[in-house]
This record gives sequence, C-alpha cells and structure tokens, in this order.
Amino acid sequence: MGKYLVRRLVNYVVLVFIATSMAYLLAATSLNPRSHFLGRNPPVPVTTQDDILNRYNLNDKTPVFERYGTWIDNIAHGNLGRDYDGGYVGANLSRRMWVSGQLLLIGTILGGLVGVAAGAWAAVRHKKATDVALTQGAFFILSCPVFVIAILLQVGATRLNNAVGSRLISFSGQFDPAKPGGFFSNIGDRLDHLILPTITLMLAGASYLMLYQRSAMLDVLGSDYVRTARAKGLRRRTALIKHALRTALIPSVTLFTYAFATIFVGATFTETIFGWHGMGEWFVQTIQGSDTNAVAAITAVVGVLILFASFLQDVVVAMLDPRVRVG
Amino acid sequence: MTVPSQELIGTVTAESGIEGTAALDETAVPSRGRIIFRRFIVQKSALFGLVLLVVLVLLAYVGPIIGKWDYSQPDYNSFLVTPNSSHWFGTDGTGTDLFAATMRGAQKSIIIGLLVAVLATSMAAIVGATAGYFGRWIDTVLMWIVNLLLVIPSFLIIAILSPRYHNNLTLFVVLLGMFIWQITARIVRGQTLSLREREYVLAAKYMGVSGPRIIARHILPNLASLLIIDATVNVSVAVLTETGLSFFGFGVQPPDVSLGTLIEAAQTSATTQPWLFLFPAGFLVLLLLAVNLIGQGLRDAFDPSAGVAV
Repeated sequence: MGKYLVRRLVNYVVLVFIATSMAYLLAATSLNPRSHFLGRNPPVPVTTQDDILNRYNLNDKTPVFERYGTWIDNIAHGNLGRDYDGGYVGANLSRRMWVSGQLLLIGTILGGLVGVAAGAWAAVRHKKATDVALTQGAFFILSCPVFVIAILLQVGATRLNNAVGSRLISFSGQFDPAKPGGFFSNIGDRLDHLILPTITLMLAGASYLMLYQRSAMLDVLGSDYVRTARAKGLRRRTALIKHALRTALIPSVTLFTYAFATIFVGATFTETIFGWHGMGEWFVQTIQGSDTNAVAAITAVVGVLILFASFLQDVVVAMLDPRVRVG
Repeated sequence: MTVPSQELIGTVTAESGIEGTAALDETAVPSRGRIIFRRFIVQKSALFGLVLLVVLVLLAYVGPIIGKWDYSQPDYNSFLVTPNSSHWFGTDGTGTDLFAATMRGAQKSIIIGLLVAVLATSMAAIVGATAGYFGRWIDTVLMWIVNLLLVIPSFLIIAILSPRYHNNLTLFVVLLGMFIWQITARIVRGQTLSLREREYVLAAKYMGVSGPRIIARHILPNLASLLIIDATVNVSVAVLTETGLSFFGFGVQPPDVSLGTLIEAAQTSATTQPWLFLFPAGFLVLLLLAVNLIGQGLRDAFDPSAGVAV
C-alpha cells in the first residue's frame, strides 16, 4: 500500500513538472513582455530594454531553453522569478492566494451545504412540486454562465441601493479604502463586500452539487438497507438521515473536497467582475500583460493544488466508504 | 411521467428480439433509433429544448438576412438607442445594431460549440477505444497523455496561446477540443475493456478482422448512447468555454464579435443601458438551456431507469 502511494506520488510530481514546463515554454514563446516598451514617449533605447528584460529573465533574444534553464534553476532555489515590472512573483502569489481563499471560503462552504441539503430534500420529495421546482431551478442556474449571474446580481444590487437611497450592498473590491480603522473595526464593511461574490459562488456551486446529490440519494432511497432500517422500526427521518443520506453523501463530499481544496486557485470570473485582487484576476492580468514568469508560476501552483485536491479526495473517499475503508 | 408507454416499447422490443414479429402483426417493429426518439420526444422538457434550439439556430442564421443592419456597419445616426422598430435590440455606443451583432455572435458560438463537440467526442472515442482494445504499451502511453492533459489547467493554456490564434477559428476549435475529451476517453476505455471480452468481438477477432475495424464495427456502435450524450454535453461545455475566453479577450477578438465579447462590453453599462446586456446574455442562457435540456432528455431516453428510485 505504501509503495503504491509513493509510486503514485512520484507519477504526480512528474506530471506536474511536465505540465509546468510546457506552460513555461508556451508562455515564453507566445507572450511578448517587450510590448511594454512599445509606444513609450520618449522611446526606450533597445539596449535599455534588453538590460531590463535580461534582469528579469524575460528577454526574447535569449534562446528560450536558456531562459527555461535559468527559470528552473531559480525555482530549485525557491525563487519564482520576477514580474515584468520588477515585482517578486512569489510575494504576489502568496498575497493573492490569501485573497482568493478569503473570497472563496464562505461561498464554497455555503454552496456545499445548500447543494447537499437541496439535493437530498428534492430526492425525498421525488416528483412532487418541491422536487420539480428545485431541479428545474438548479438546471436553469447551471445554464447561466457565472459572468451572467455576477452581472445580473450587480444590476439587482444597484437597483436595490437606488430604491433604498443609500449604499446597502457594496460590490466593488474587498473593502472601502476610504473608511478609517483597522481590520476588525471594518469587518462589517468587509462582509458587505462579500455578499454578492459569495452569492455568485454559492449559486454556481450549489446547483451543480444539488443535481449530483439528488441522483445519488434517489439511487440509495430504493435500496434494501434503507427499507431494513425502516422495517426494524426506525423513524422515517432517522432512516433517511442516518442510513440513506450518509451513503448518498459520498459522491457529493468527493466533489466538495475538490472544490474546497482548490479555493486558493481562485475564481476567475467572480474576482474579475467584483474587483477582488486574487489569483483568478491575476491570471487574466498576467496573460494580458505578457508576464511570463507569473503565468508559469500560476500554472505550477494550480497544478500542485489540483493534485493535492485529488489526493485529498482519495483520502476522504477511503474514510467515508466502508467498502474502501475495510477492503 | 410517461413510464407506461416506455415500458410498453421496452417489452415490445425485448420480445420481438426473441419471438419475431408474429404477435405484433399490425405494427412493424420499431428500430432502436425510433424507440429512443419516441422516448425522447415524449418528455416535455426535452421537446421544449429541441424546439428552443431550432428556433435559436434559425434566428441566428435567418435573422441577419431579415434584419436591416450589418454588424460591421454602424448606424451613425443612432448611438445608444433603446430597442425600436428599426433597431430591434437597440444600438451600442458606436451605433452598431445590437440585433445584427448578437446574431453574428450567436452564429460563432453555435458553430464553435458544434465543431468542438464533434471533435472532442471523436477524440475520446478513438483514443479510449484504442487504449482499451489494444492494451499493453499503447494503453500505458495513451492513458499517460490523458492524465497529463488532465493536470494541465486547460483554460490557462488556451488563454496563454491566445496571441497565436488571433481569430483563427480552426485553430481555436482544435485547441478547445484538445482539452475536453480526456474524461470521456477514460470512460470509453473502461467500457472497451469489458466489451473486448464479449463473444461477438472474440468471434470477429478469430475470424481475422483487424483491430481498427473491430473498434469501428463492434466496439464504438455499442457505446453510441454514451458518445451521443457526451457530444451533447460537450456542446454546452464548448459554448461556455468559448464565451468565457472571449469575455476576457482570449477567444474571439474584435473586429469580430462573440456573445462573450458583447456581454463583456455591456458589463459596465448593464445598469444604465440594460438592453446591451440582456439580449446577448439572454440568447446565451437560452442556447445553453436548450442544449442542456436536450442532453438530459437523451440521457433519460437511452436509459429510462437512471436516476429513478425503483
């Protein structure tokens, strides 16, 4: 078992390494950091451009494999490289991962809880009005891209604010920089800024999970052991929650673990639309800004987090599923 | 729902397969395709999805012919006008007719969605069946590539490559297709592993039929339901990815338009000029809804017992 896990882990590490190298090489050859010097007035002399780009290992005149070698060497020494404007990729990365984590934590958890509860409830009320309404609602939300939901929520919040006559809901950025005071005195303001992005994340996550949970629960509801539980005299509620839901939770918990482990990856659309400076927004900006080293670092981090999430998934399944646990 | 009629159709075929058509002299035995079609069409939501999709596709392709304006020729006499008899969806800040632009964007999304879906599902079928049927080193190599592509965050890679395919539709479609076939390939491989032990496959093999021919004649037809459903789901995945990439400027780029670029352009003015946002976003949501409903309907038609408590 231990040997198997080690082999699996080694395989994963190799996969991440190749994926990241590919991302670096693709980014280094298709992005153009030199474009930042274009159209400057007064024009920047080419030698100066080269000097600056060389310093950050971004010069397109250096052969791409030489740049790749330098990059790998830096990574091996724990240095993720520099942005085109001289910033440190590593510092930006840790700051933005934290911002993404703050943004996604509540939304992901709420999405998981609402999704599981709604799915289980719909399955118990199979083919009744509740079930039809919940399923169709989830289906409709799944057909709405995240950016459409986010913009609709913004429009709704603006209408509400105008109707009330004061800014009830704020939806741009993490907090209001004009407000004095430290983190704790502004916690209300921060929560206010979290409302809309959290609803966006919750709706998307919950509708997805709900449909899964509903079909898993339907599969379980007809099974013998639930009937046995009822037959031996358990109340319907106890039988449903302790025997049916517990087994039917496995697929949803697997999905939820994955979502939870990747909260630091960020949410590209939600962050961009609501002005949160997290990983998702950074990724879009670095590609638009031809920031090779940052793009490669993001790919690497995302790859590692995804693998970590899959690993966690395996562990959680092993813990939940009696067949896997015993066997 | 329509369980009784489905049951009936089910039994008819099951019996006719063994006893022939003697008992049902007045009606011909429906083919498998017809049965699936009937099971599909009796579902209200699936029928609604199909009708909706047909209407949307017709609108996207016939609309621009009936419409008075071209998406690339702005009307300099009307900037930011609300929907009226001349500009059915209104105009934007440059005088571009939003109806013409939305239909143009919709055409893009529909074409890209269909092509990507066909490409991705074909890839999944070929790679999965090849790996599963031939096994050994072919299996190892193909599955390793599949796992590698699963680790690479696809949205990131397509975005990184965006400066290269600048409005080259073919390249964009190939890239999108490259990143959504892996999971299905794994499922196809798993199914092939069990199919290749069936008698009819073994019989064909011992009669000297070649591997590729067995895959094409005996393995893939048996996975038709899975592949058809997968292709439908992929249409919606592809449309979502395309509009998402275009939203950030990584997909379809100006001067061409996509539903994604239109929604992005309307983002800041969605409150003050709602029509700029509502028409493209509405079209996109209806398109995705139609495709998803059809996918769900197909799933139920192919496998009526799935998701229903017995």
